[in-house]
Amino acid sequence: MATTERNWLVDQWDVLWSQVRSMAEVFKHGFRRRETIQYPEEKPYLAPRYRGRIILSRDPDGEERCVACYLCAAACPVDCIALEKAEDEHGRWYPAWFRINFSRCIYCGYCEEACPTYAIQLTPDFEMSEYDRRNMVYEKEDLLISGTGKYPGYSFYRVAGISIRGKDKGEAEREAPPVDVRGLLP
Amino acid sequence: MSAGAALGFIAALILLLLLAGAYLTWIERRVLAWWQDRYGPNRAGPFGVLQAIADVVKILLKEDWIPPLADKPVFVIAPAIVAVTMLLAFAVVPFAPGLAVAELNVGLLFFLAMTSLSVYSVAFAGWASNNNYSLLGSMRTAAQMISYEVFMGLSLVGVVILAGSFNLFEIVEAQRGLWYFVPQFVGLLVFFLASIAETHRLPFDLPEAEHELVAGYHTEYSSMKFGLFFLGEYLGILLAAAMTVTLFFGGWLGPAFLPPIVWFLLKMAVFVGLFLLLRAALPRPRYDQLMAYAWKFLLPLSLVNLLVTGAVVLLMEG
Repeated sequence: MATTERNWLVDQWDVLWSQVRSMAEVFKHGFRRRETIQYPEEKPYLAPRYRGRIILSRDPDGEERCVACYLCAAACPVDCIALEKAEDEHGRWYPAWFRINFSRCIYCGYCEEACPTYAIQLTPDFEMSEYDRRNMVYEKEDLLISGTGKYPGYSFYRVAGISIRGKDKGEAEREAPPVDVRGLLP
Repeated sequence: MSAGAALGFIAALILLLLLAGAYLTWIERRVLAWWQDRYGPNRAGPFGVLQAIADVVKILLKEDWIPPLADKPVFVIAPAIVAVTMLLAFAVVPFAPGLAVAELNVGLLFFLAMTSLSVYSVAFAGWASNNNYSLLGSMRTAAQMISYEVFMGLSLVGVVILAGSFNLFEIVEAQRGLWYFVPQFVGLLVFFLASIAETHRLPFDLPEAEHELVAGYHTEYSSMKFGLFFLGEYLGILLAAAMTVTLFFGGWLGPAFLPPIVWFLLKMAVFVGLFLLLRAALPRPRYDQLMAYAWKFLLPLSLVNLLVTGAVVLLMEG
């Protein structure tokens, strides 16, 4: 039993009225903007940091940023990244081949976070459906882009302390020349 | 009408009704989407008008499965009953002066009889499926339809008293001065609620409450047998709208700038829209609430309406 004394007829009227009111509310929705995005014709908004198709970027000099450190492959929770290290005549590491299996990739972005050289990046693009599963495996030439991606000015070797062709130790940005430790002896 | 013309009219009516039933599925989906800030099926053809045809083709090509433990003859005949009774009930609907398959002097009773018969379809379907959910659904339906039939008939007696006839044409003609939704507003209310329950449309779709009963009485049905249940449901909507218009909103009557049939169809469309709006807006009540509302509120209400109408008519005559 209800604790408050109410007229039973009034209750019935309230029930009926609330139904009519909710019908009116629903009817009014016919004159609102539709939320649907009609996808193939109408593209959805993708945030700049949207995690989509993975690319390999180059530094401002046009060299590959990837130094084949395997950190992305190690970070990948679904093991969809595979690569093999190679070394050029100057001692610089690069991937001999680089393969991402996008049918496994979960677009978590851990590879991007693990990358020490901003080489691997996720982009706002998801339109990569294929009829054949094998076409989802992207090779290095599919992944490598000509630009710098999200970090236009960044070049790993210009800020890293390692010596490489054309740049000796102490010549990086914001780096003092190496100190001769023995020269400090009294 | 000559025999040939009558047969032609019947064939055209059946064809149109089947088409309308099929198209109502598409219209319902578009209209529901419109009220839910979506688009609905708009891909097949301009505005998606071919969607209904695509659905029919799809449902005809589906596997027609009869469960091994089902009672086969009953299982097969059940969906036919609902479609046939609903189509038969349209025989008495007066679309325009002189335009009906049969001008019965007990047209209203024929309509009530046909809607009552359709309960067999659901009861048979649930029983023959040999499935717990189906049986529960059909038991609910049987109870619901029998309960609501009681005062569906009672609510219409007021109209019959005012018009002095069971003939639907005469009922419409009797509304020339005043449409019956004014003097019989309570009757309209009860009839409309009862007709929702009779067609087991939302919010009274407990027989097929997806969340509790999988799909109720048609859980085991597939292919066009399932389609026939839906056809019956949508024909039921059209029929309920047609009868509401005929009995309470003056049927084909209307200002002369439009032909009578157009007035009838326009009014019918409004009520079909109202049926769809009910589906879009209202949640399903509990089963005990449905029954309590029927027996404790609507039945007394229709009895009071009947008494008052009878008393008023007697007083005005005397």
